[in-house]
Amino acid sequence: MKVQASRRQFLISGAAAGGGLMIGLSMTTRGSAQTAAAAGKVNAYVTIAPDGAVTIMAKNPDMGQGIKTSLVMIIADELDADWSRVKAVQAPSDPATFGRQSSGGSRSIATEWMPMRQVGAAGRALLIAAAAKDWGVQPAECTTSKSVVYHRASNRSATYGALAAKAAALPAPAAGSIRLKEPKDFTIIGKPVAQLDAPAIGRGEPIFSIDTQVPGMLYAHYVKSPVWGSKCLSADLAAVKAVKGVKDAFIVEGKSTQMGGLLPGVAIVADSWWTAQQARAKLNAKWDIDPARLNSTAAFKAQASQCQASAPLRTERKDGDTAAALKQAGVKTVSASYAYPWLAHASLEPQTCTANVTGAKAELWVSTQNPDAARQLVARTLGLKGQDITVHVMRAGGAFGRKGQADPAVEAAWISQKVGAPVKLIASREDDMKFDFYRPAGFHTLKGAVDAQGNLTAWEDHFVTMAEGTAIANQASMSPAEFPAGFVPNFRYDLSTVQSVVPIGSLRAPRANALGFVIQSFIDELAHAGGQDPVAFRLKLLAAKKDGDYDAVRMAACVRKAAEMSGWGRKLPARHGLGTAFHYSHAGYVSEVIEVEVETDGTVAVKKVWAAVDVGRQIVNPSGAINQVEGSILDGISCALHQRITIDKGACVQGHFGDNPLMRISEAPEVEVAFILSDNPPTGLGEPGLPPALPALSNAIFAATGKRLRELPIDKAQLRA
Amino acid sequence: MAFSLSVNGKSMTADVDPAKPLLWVLREDLGVLGPKYGCGMAQCGACTVHIDGRPARSCITPVSSVGNAKVVTIEAMSADPVGQKVQAAWTDLDVAQCGYCQPGQIMSATALIKSKPQPTDADIDQAMNGNLCRCATYIRIRKAIKRASGQKEV
Ligand code: FES
Ligand code: FES
Repeated sequence: MKVQASRRQFLISGAAAGGGLMIGLSMTTRGSAQTAAAAGKVNAYVTIAPDGAVTIMAKNPDMGQGIKTSLVMIIADELDADWSRVKAVQAPSDPATFGRQSSGGSRSIATEWMPMRQVGAAGRALLIAAAAKDWGVQPAECTTSKSVVYHRASNRSATYGALAAKAAALPAPAAGSIRLKEPKDFTIIGKPVAQLDAPAIGRGEPIFSIDTQVPGMLYAHYVKSPVWGSKCLSADLAAVKAVKGVKDAFIVEGKSTQMGGLLPGVAIVADSWWTAQQARAKLNAKWDIDPARLNSTAAFKAQASQCQASAPLRTERKDGDTAAALKQAGVKTVSASYAYPWLAHASLEPQTCTANVTGAKAELWVSTQNPDAARQLVARTLGLKGQDITVHVMRAGGAFGRKGQADPAVEAAWISQKVGAPVKLIASREDDMKFDFYRPAGFHTLKGAVDAQGNLTAWEDHFVTMAEGTAIANQASMSPAEFPAGFVPNFRYDLSTVQSVVPIGSLRAPRANALGFVIQSFIDELAHAGGQDPVAFRLKLLAAKKDGDYDAVRMAACVRKAAEMSGWGRKLPARHGLGTAFHYSHAGYVSEVIEVEVETDGTVAVKKVWAAVDVGRQIVNPSGAINQVEGSILDGISCALHQRITIDKGACVQGHFGDNPLMRISEAPEVEVAFILSDNPPTGLGEPGLPPALPALSNAIFAATGKRLRELPIDKAQLRA
Repeated sequence: MAFSLSVNGKSMTADVDPAKPLLWVLREDLGVLGPKYGCGMAQCGACTVHIDGRPARSCITPVSSVGNAKVVTIEAMSADPVGQKVQAAWTDLDVAQCGYCQPGQIMSATALIKSKPQPTDADIDQAMNGNLCRCATYIRIRKAIKRASGQKEV
C-alpha cells in the first residue's frame, strides 16, 4: 500500500481484499497511516472490484438527512463512476480512517465537500495512470466516463474493473497532482436521485438499530427516576423476577447524576421487550429525590417574570443609546414579551442500542449521530479500551439532535456486561419523551423603535434563559452578534438567568429554532407599527448593515425571492394572511412566506409555504435537499402549532403523541422551494429551513386576524372569530 | 400458549402470552422486523399490518385476537400488485427521510388504494392521519399515493 500526504490527510491506495483497487484516506499522522496501511488495516472509502462494482463508504451516520447518499454522490462523481454500479455502505466507526464521523449542525456537506471530491478524483487519477501505462500514452490524453477510461486518439478503452488490479500496483497519486472536475462537468452531483436506501426502506428491511438480531439476545428496559438523576432506594425486584420470561432485574448505582452518563436506575431483562415492559408495573421503585431538583415550568415562568421586572444580570451588548432612541420624537415604539416552551425530539425510532459485552470486548449496534461518543462513554463507564469496542453505525430512525447522546449505548452495554448476554435496549415511547435532552424554554422582553422613514432605530432585548450554576445551559445562549445586532444604531442585549436542572440538548437548528421566532415576529410588529410593508421593512433593515459577518446581500436575495414566489401583496380572502420571516443559521440563508387561513373556531390551516434558500453554489442532491427543506418547514410549523413539554415536580409531564402531538398529513401544506446558487461554498440543509417557519406562521396569523401571538405553541382559543 | 398464525401466506407458530401484542410476536418471535415500534398505543401507525386486508395497528392487537385471520406485513408487499406500485412510487419520488415510519405508511397507503382505487385528498387525509412521520415527508407521501393510484400528482 502507498501513502501520499495532502495536508493533514493521507491518501492510501492498494489492492483490495478479493482483488481490485481500494482507495482510502487516513486522518492520522503519516507514520500511523503507513503502519495501518502496511498492516492492511485501513478502511477504504472506495473499492473497485474486478467486475466493475464500485463500493463507496459513507463516513457519517444517516438519520434521514440523506448524507449516506450525498457523500457517495460526491465521491462517485469525481471518480467518474457508473452510478448504476455504485453501492453505498455505511462506514463503521473508525476515527483513524474517517476522521470526524458525527452528523449534526448541518456540517457534513460543508466539511466533507472537498475531501470527498479528492478521494474520488484520486481514484480516477490512479485508474487513468494504469490505463496510460498499459497503453504507453500520457495520462493527460486519457478521458473517463461511467467507469471507463478512454484514449480517443488510439480508440482504446478499458473499464475500471479491468484496470483495478493494475491501478492497485501503482503509487498513490501525489497530493498536488489530483485535479478536481470543473462543476460544469459534474454528471452525478446536482442531479436529483432517490436516496440509496430508498428501496430497502420501502421493502421494510431490517436496517435500523432497533432491528438488530444477535443470537442469544435478551431485551431490556432501563427504568430511571422521573426526577432525573435520582438514585434508586428500593424496588420490588422479586416481584419483577417472578414474572414469567423475566431473566433478571437489578438496581444500577449509576456512574453519573448528569444526564449523558450512566444514570442510576433499575434494569429489567427478559426474553421479550414486551414482557419486560409488563413487569415494570410490579417494580414499585422508590427514588432518593433531592428537593432542590424539583423544577417546574410554572416556577420558571414566575422567576422569569421577576427577572424581567428587575435589572438584568448583565448586558451582553450595547451599541449607541437605546433609552434615548426609544424616547426620540416622532418614532413609533413597541414593547412586547415572547416565550417559547421546552421541546422534546420524539424521533419515531426511540432511543435504542443492542450491546454485546464479552470480557474486554464489546460490540454496539446503535442508532447514533456520534458513534465515537458512544464508544468513548461505554469505554469510560465499563472500564474497557476504546479500541476493543466495535461500533456498528445503524441507520437512525430520526435523530434531530437527540442521538448525539450515548445514553442507550451505555445502558445497554452495562446491562449486557452484567447479564453476560447480548442485550437489546429500547426506550419506550414514554421513556424516550420523559428522558430527553430538551430544547430549553426561554423568555424575551423586547422594545423597539421605528422612525418616520421606516428605519429601525432601536432594539432592546432582555433575554431570560436557563443556567446551570454560573454557566448558561447548553444551547440556551444567544450570541451578541445575533441579528439584528450590527443592523441597528441603538442596540442593547441584556441577559438574566434562572437556574435549571432539566437535561438540555441540541434540537434541530439549536437556538435558531427559538430565536428566529422571537426576532422575526418582533420585526414584524415593528414593521406594522411603523406603517411599513413587512417585506420592504426587512429589505430596508438588511440594507442598513453596519458590521458583523452576516451576509445581508445573500439574505436580501432570499427575502425578495420568497416574496416574489408567493405573490406577496396580492389580495386575499377574509381571515387569510401571508407572513414572511427569514433567519440565518448553520451557514444557510433562508427566507419563507406562509399563507394561512384562520378558521372561525381558531384552527390554523396552513395553505402553502414558499422558501428561498441559499446554501451556496452547489446542491449535491436536489431531491434530498428539497425533502430536507420541506421536512424542516413542516417540523417548524408542527412545533409552533402543537409541541410543548411541561416540567412539573422535576419531571417531564408529557409521555406520548397524544399529549405532545406532531403534525399529521391532513395539516401538511404544500411547500415550494427555490435554491439561490450564490457563489459560496456548499453547506448543509438539515436545519436552516426550520427557524423561519415559526415566525412566518405567527406573522401570517397576524395578517389574517390582527392577533399577535407571542407565546408558543400558539393558543388557538385566542384566534376565534 | 401456542398460537398458529398465518403471516405473509405462511403458517407460523409462537408460544407466547395471549396478551402479547402481534407487533412483538412478529418482531421477537417470528423475526418479521418490518413493522416498527413507535408508540405502542395506536398513535403513530409505524406498526401497521394488514389483518384480513384491513390496516391494523399491531401494537395494540393481542396475538390471541388474531385467530385464523391472515396477517400481511410490509415484507409481503413486493409480491403484491398494489404493494409493488406503492413501493415503486415511494422510491421514484424519494419519499423517505429516515424511513422509520415508511413501512407503516406503505401498508396504510396500500390498504387505502385497495379499498379506494382513486383516493381523493380527503380520502388520503382520512386514511393516512394515523400514520405519523416525524420527518414530515407528508407532501411526498400524498404525491406517491396519487402516483401509485395512477392520478395526477399536483
Ligand atoms: S407502534 Fe403501533 S401505532 Fe405506534
Ligand atoms: S421518514 Fe422519518 S419518520 Fe417518516
